[in-house]
Amino acid sequence: MADTTGTADPAVIAGTEGEGIRRRDFINIAAVGAAGVGGIATLVPLISQMAPSKDVLAESSTEVDLAAIQPGQAIKAIFRKQPLFIRNLTAKEIAEANAVDVASLRDPQTLDERTKPGKENWLITMGVCTHLGCVPLGAAEGEVKGEFGGYFCPCHGSSYDTAARIRKGPAPKNLEVPEYEFTSDTVVKIG
Amino acid sequence: MSFPWANHYTPSHPVMKWMDEKLPLPRLVYNAVGAGYPVPRNLNYMWNFGVLAGFCLMLQIVTGVILAMHYAANAGVAFASTEHIMRDVNWGWMLRYAHANGASAFFVVVYLHIFRGFYFGSYKAPREMIWLLGVVIFLLMMATAFMGYVLPWGQMSFWGAKVITGLFGAIPVVGEPIQQWLLGGFAPDNAALNRFFSLHFLLPFVIAGVVILHIWALHIPGSSNPTGVEVKSESDTVPFHPYYTAKDGFGLGVFLLIYCAFLFFMPNQLGHPDNYIPANPLSTPAHIVPEWYFWPFYAILRAFTFDIFFIPAKLMGVLAMFSAILVWFFLPWLDNSPVRSGHYRPMFKKFFWILVIDMAVLFYCGGAPAEEPFVMMSQIATAYYFLHFLVVLPLVALMEKPKPLPFSITEAVLGSDDAAKLAAKS
Amino acid sequence: MNRLIASVAVGLFFVLSVLAAFVSGAYTAITEPAQETVEHAFHKTPKELHLASDGPFGRFDKQQLQRGFQVYSEVCSACHSLKYVAFRDLEQLGYNEAEVKAIAASKQVPGVDPNTGEANTRPGLPTDYFPSPYPNDIAARAANNNAVPPDLSLMTKARHEGPAYVYSLLTGFTNQPKALLERFPDAKTPEGLHYNPYFANLNLAMAPPLTDGQVTFADGSPSTVDAMSKDVAAFLVWTAEPSLDKRKQTGWPVLGFLLFATVLSYLAYRNIWAEKKAKH
Repeated sequence: MADTTGTADPAVIAGTEGEGIRRRDFINIAAVGAAGVGGIATLVPLISQMAPSKDVLAESSTEVDLAAIQPGQAIKAIFRKQPLFIRNLTAKEIAEANAVDVASLRDPQTLDERTKPGKENWLITMGVCTHLGCVPLGAAEGEVKGEFGGYFCPCHGSSYDTAARIRKGPAPKNLEVPEYEFTSDTVVKIG
Repeated sequence: MSFPWANHYTPSHPVMKWMDEKLPLPRLVYNAVGAGYPVPRNLNYMWNFGVLAGFCLMLQIVTGVILAMHYAANAGVAFASTEHIMRDVNWGWMLRYAHANGASAFFVVVYLHIFRGFYFGSYKAPREMIWLLGVVIFLLMMATAFMGYVLPWGQMSFWGAKVITGLFGAIPVVGEPIQQWLLGGFAPDNAALNRFFSLHFLLPFVIAGVVILHIWALHIPGSSNPTGVEVKSESDTVPFHPYYTAKDGFGLGVFLLIYCAFLFFMPNQLGHPDNYIPANPLSTPAHIVPEWYFWPFYAILRAFTFDIFFIPAKLMGVLAMFSAILVWFFLPWLDNSPVRSGHYRPMFKKFFWILVIDMAVLFYCGGAPAEEPFVMMSQIATAYYFLHFLVVLPLVALMEKPKPLPFSITEAVLGSDDAAKLAAKS
Repeated sequence: MNRLIASVAVGLFFVLSVLAAFVSGAYTAITEPAQETVEHAFHKTPKELHLASDGPFGRFDKQQLQRGFQVYSEVCSACHSLKYVAFRDLEQLGYNEAEVKAIAASKQVPGVDPNTGEANTRPGLPTDYFPSPYPNDIAARAANNNAVPPDLSLMTKARHEGPAYVYSLLTGFTNQPKALLERFPDAKTPEGLHYNPYFANLNLAMAPPLTDGQVTFADGSPSTVDAMSKDVAAFLVWTAEPSLDKRKQTGWPVLGFLLFATVLSYLAYRNIWAEKKAKH
């Protein structure tokens, strides 16, 4: 806790002369300094208590079984309390994504960079529009996929293509690809 | 008011000058707890506890606001959310122990502050208002502490809430409706827990407000001192800063050492194991006791076991318990001795120490189970408690012959005062 | 003078009424002396127990905590829940991530069928909390001779001298002493209860849960009732306060720093007051 330990008022101590002043000043300054250090150290727990607690951090990885998802289908899962889109791309969708000139994109990335080698048909992205955080449409059966066949965010009209890259609208980035790995052929661990 | 020789606030930096014209807050601080407040030069360590009490209030508000970020005031999850704080929240165990032990520390400091006032006659004219506001703060603290103890919703929380609200049931005719109104039900449950949480959050800020009034009232006559002799000249005082800021800084260091020893090495020493059992409305703990700081008053409550005429024992106990604190409001007018400090009052001093022992007995009996010999001990101690304030103090003031007072604070400290010599000559 | 009379009158009102209570209490105490109760005469305070985590320098013995956990999961968990502890917390006992996962998966926790939405059970995940052996208190009561086995998460903090209490209770089952029945013929342990002098009312619904050699420890430690009771007491100290080690580890530097700062502030205080102190 910050206290005001022994703040030295030079006007009061000026009565003493010579070397004494310096040694005495030093002690007063050291005492105030120690109080300051203590006060700052106390801030560490007071601030870090607002960071995610252990139970929240423990839930920050999710396992999903992909076996039931047919080509062309997508599911919504939950990762860190946010929607996660997992999509089994068809060969046509993959071809469409690869046909795009990467240099022309707002956030240039190839489909290969956004999927795992040998698993290019599994497009796993966060279902959070990079504009202001709405959930784009296009993952569930019958939802609008937008003019580029991927996802469409109804809030402000951002359209994503079949690699979930931003193609039109205000969003600045492609849909985020979280860290994940395949723990078996059909099970993926996200986070 | 301040003494004519008080240092004047003279900002030199243009920004501080600008600030002083628009909102003279630095000037207020300077005059309240800075170099602009002249304080008697002879204050002993018993005068450290005011600043420490202020520190405890801040500590409780800071840790309390933080705990409220993680706590859930719902009877279904309150206990689990407390465990969530202890186990999962970053540094949560430390913050909760800091708050729980902070409440105890607050009461230790405030009890010492009150007994300082008892001994040195700090309640006497012209400082009655400071004293009255202090008693108000103490009452608010007790209410706040009680409601805070209910929040973890353990066994002691639940049964404490039930017993204390049950006190209101002792009031004739309207008692039972009042009790149900306080709880929002027939027994403590969600409604009670939620309102206790709300009030537990509010009251500390009310306390902070009354503390400001308490300090304001203090600055009208200035601080009292161990001789009880009023300040006469500049040589009797030193500026608050740096003299008493330095002394309070050292006092705070000692306080924190003891407090942290409890916090880190025996954080549950002052608590009760039963409060780690979730509230169970169907089973009363074998031995219900409040937190230690209520023990003396709890002993007074339990001492009355006999119906007096038309007053049932239960009502009598409640009356006595509240009167035990309310009597402090009348203290400035019960003790009429013109001499303030117990140092110069030989008879008063003896009775003061008897009161200290008496309170220690009440404290011990309040924490003990309601069996003999503790009940009989607390009855004797309760009798003396009321005798002391209502009979002994007024009579001592009439009968006592005080010792001669020093001419001034300066004389008391230095052994001589030039002004005293001058006064003697004329 | 009126004020004096008023205050003395009020004072005497309280004094006389509490003294009346004293006299009536004293009269009762003499005419009907309090009967000694069987609990008062035969209840024992817990035995002495020393654990590695005791004292300001004590630290958990993780080997022992693992053994205690094993006793809990093979014996105690049949009736007692541990609902504030999650499987993920077991990493603090020295288990690695894979081991924790395996432990969690070996327990069935309440779940929901993803297709029908009906309640079912599924293997646990590290983020799950220890499952309760009974769905609710009524079921627990029905299965245990009308006594609910308490949750053990906070047991060592919820009893006086908690760890020693747990150890004493587990090792304290005996036959009712003859002297007890001679002095208190009505106090015979009821059918279905078990005499234990460390339990508050002497008769416990729990049967002696441990027998020698009941558990086989991987580290080859002895599995006598006494050793297992110590291990499980140590484990329950951890479940009640997992942050115990960190608390003490934080405490020492804090106290050291405070001591340093307090000495400095004392020197600064003496400094500043040097000229103002009494010159005798």
